[in-house]
Amino acid sequence: MIALLTDYTFQTVAMGAMVLGAVAGVLGVFAVLRQQSLVGDAISHAALPGICLGFLATGSRDLGPIALGALATGGLGALSVLGLVRATRLKTDAALGAVLSLYFAVGIVLLTYIQGQPNAAQAGLEGFLFGQAAALSRADLGLMAALAAVALGLLALGWKEVKLATFDPVFARTQGLPVLALEIGLTVLIAVAVVIGLQMVGVVLMAAMLIAPAVAARAWARRLESMALLAALFGMTAGLAGALVSAAGPQLATGPLIVLAATVIVAVSLALAPERGLVAAWLRRRAQRRRLDEREVLATLLRLGRDHADPDYPAEQGMVDAYHRLGTAGALARLSDHGMVARAAHRPGEGTHWVLTPRGRATAEDDEVRP
Amino acid sequence: MTLQALFDDPGAMILATGILVGAAAALIGPFLILRRAAMLTDAISHSIVLGIVLVWLVSGAIKGPLQILGAVLTGLVTVALVEALARSGRVKDDAAIGLVFPALFAGGVLLLNLYAGDIHLDIHSVLLGEIGFVWLDTVAVAGFTVPQAVVTMAVVTLVNGLFVLALWKELKIATFDPALAQALGLAPRAVGWGLLALTSGTAVAAFDAVGAVMFIAFVIVPPAAAYLLTDRLGTMVTLGLGISVGASLSGYALALAWDVSIGGMMAAMTGVALVFALLVGPRHGLVSTALARAARARENAVRALAIHLMTHETSSERRVENVAEAMRTHLGWNAARAAATLARAEAQGHVKRDGEVLGLTASGRAMAAAVLEPWRRDLALVED
Repeated sequence: MIALLTDYTFQTVAMGAMVLGAVAGVLGVFAVLRQQSLVGDAISHAALPGICLGFLATGSRDLGPIALGALATGGLGALSVLGLVRATRLKTDAALGAVLSLYFAVGIVLLTYIQGQPNAAQAGLEGFLFGQAAALSRADLGLMAALAAVALGLLALGWKEVKLATFDPVFARTQGLPVLALEIGLTVLIAVAVVIGLQMVGVVLMAAMLIAPAVAARAWARRLESMALLAALFGMTAGLAGALVSAAGPQLATGPLIVLAATVIVAVSLALAPERGLVAAWLRRRAQRRRLDEREVLATLLRLGRDHADPDYPAEQGMVDAYHRLGTAGALARLSDHGMVARAAHRPGEGTHWVLTPRGRATAEDDEVRP
Repeated sequence: MTLQALFDDPGAMILATGILVGAAAALIGPFLILRRAAMLTDAISHSIVLGIVLVWLVSGAIKGPLQILGAVLTGLVTVALVEALARSGRVKDDAAIGLVFPALFAGGVLLLNLYAGDIHLDIHSVLLGEIGFVWLDTVAVAGFTVPQAVVTMAVVTLVNGLFVLALWKELKIATFDPALAQALGLAPRAVGWGLLALTSGTAVAAFDAVGAVMFIAFVIVPPAAAYLLTDRLGTMVTLGLGISVGASLSGYALALAWDVSIGGMMAAMTGVALVFALLVGPRHGLVSTALARAARARENAVRALAIHLMTHETSSERRVENVAEAMRTHLGWNAARAAATLARAEAQGHVKRDGEVLGLTASGRAMAAAVLEPWRRDLALVED
């Protein structure tokens, strides 16, 4: 373990994965909140022709020009989606699908064109499809960190404006904010995050790096700031976990493992988050249902007493069951625990009998006046 | 040339595969687009990679009916997961898609890495397809040796075509008015699931040829281009088919000429059709909408001139206001716009010159009155 943690390659990969997790997590928050989750998918596919063009321009696998090309066509792809939706009758889903598949197709055409050229350096270009974390160099890592710092810095500068434009674009416009410019700026920042992730997870899986941490964070957080921080934390955790597991074996690709780790975080968050979690919601619903059952049983006992002109009429449990068409044993036991009903003496051979206690009667009568 | 010679010709078989992939995809694409489920294609075509790997691990089959069945199941599971996530209220539709398919795809890629290092089933061909080699893998059909991909794609295209023809009315109503379809007992949800099942089956059949992402292009882009060209569903499906076939033919020719990916070039050519439709579509194209907007602007200018003239017709400033110069000084138009509008108004017979002063003709006055005094038209209707 110690040997692994001090391993040079592992350190590089782990740090790269955490940088990616942090920046994709924060920017993904806005993509998810603005219901543009799949824009990242379109951008990452649209980055492929840019990767090829960057390579064609320099003839080398340096990440710099490749990242620049990816940013250019990725951003162009995102703008194409915006343009198609605004200028034509195509809906967002069709625009996204058309843009991502067409840019990708052009990218594949360029890729095969490059592969036909006599240049040994092109060998690793296909790694961008699925990511090739192991090939990450310290220089690449430096570039990733610099891009991430710029993207997060720009976001921090415009935080208040972006926040307002995200939650209330109409009000933002009345305040004189350039909402369209902010939207485009945010899309470009998402494109930067995608470019950072290309080397790590590749074009296909990049969408998940934007979406998963944000969705997981949304389950826990109520405020945008805490959601962004949590998303960054979750993204980094997923990155580190993916890097750790993939170090266990040579066949374990880092990119897919990071995505699976992020998916696990989402599943746990959706299940266990205290307020918005599915388990918490189920428990709340069960508690409500039980409370309702108890109140109805009390009301039944009260009415039975009235019908028999005997406030202390002992009702047999089977009869209460019949009234409710379901088992009331649980509700009666809980009511007994709360001192609302008490067991009554009954003839041998009959079922348990219950009477209302004074407290139970008061509660039942109270429910009647305030139904 | 005998039929067998045709089946033995690599070029013809590559072309046939491309055309069949395009046709099968373009048959179901229009409905996916109109139901706003285009991105489900993206989700399905990626996540069935997991299905393919699982079926291979269990049965050892890389293609064939078992694989198609497995893909249909995986596709439906994908959509069910997306729907369940969206229905939980915790995740929006688009985020649900973006969560489910990368997870399933990542699982598939990992399993491939772990168990399939040495066999033909590699990620590269799954994602990109190898349409250039479809003629290598053949089966015997009715005494002929035919490439497997052509046979599979022909069957899938036939099934898709029969589905669309047989359920045309159901598909149409379920797409445009799900509530009506439900009320009429046309089971819109079942129709929807059937459509997605066919999408999954088509995706896995098309995988060998064009791969996951280019398949999306064939499903979405030709119908999207057709959607910009027509308002009728029947025409949309037919046009989409035509565009698909055209893209396959031209893409193949260009790929040969430039020595690049055949599948990629075919998919890219569907994009050319989309750009073309985007520019010159008769009603929704950018050119025609720009022309219509300009025509409306010109019409409005003439109307504005008529209104201006009518406002001052009976007033004392008539000699100052109702002259050509006032269009520039009072309406704020530049010289070119003023001159063009005046010429148009005269040519259309709404305005006549009386020396320096501009006057309205009967038709010009009627046009201005329709805006300034709309009650007169209503009164005229009453009097009639």
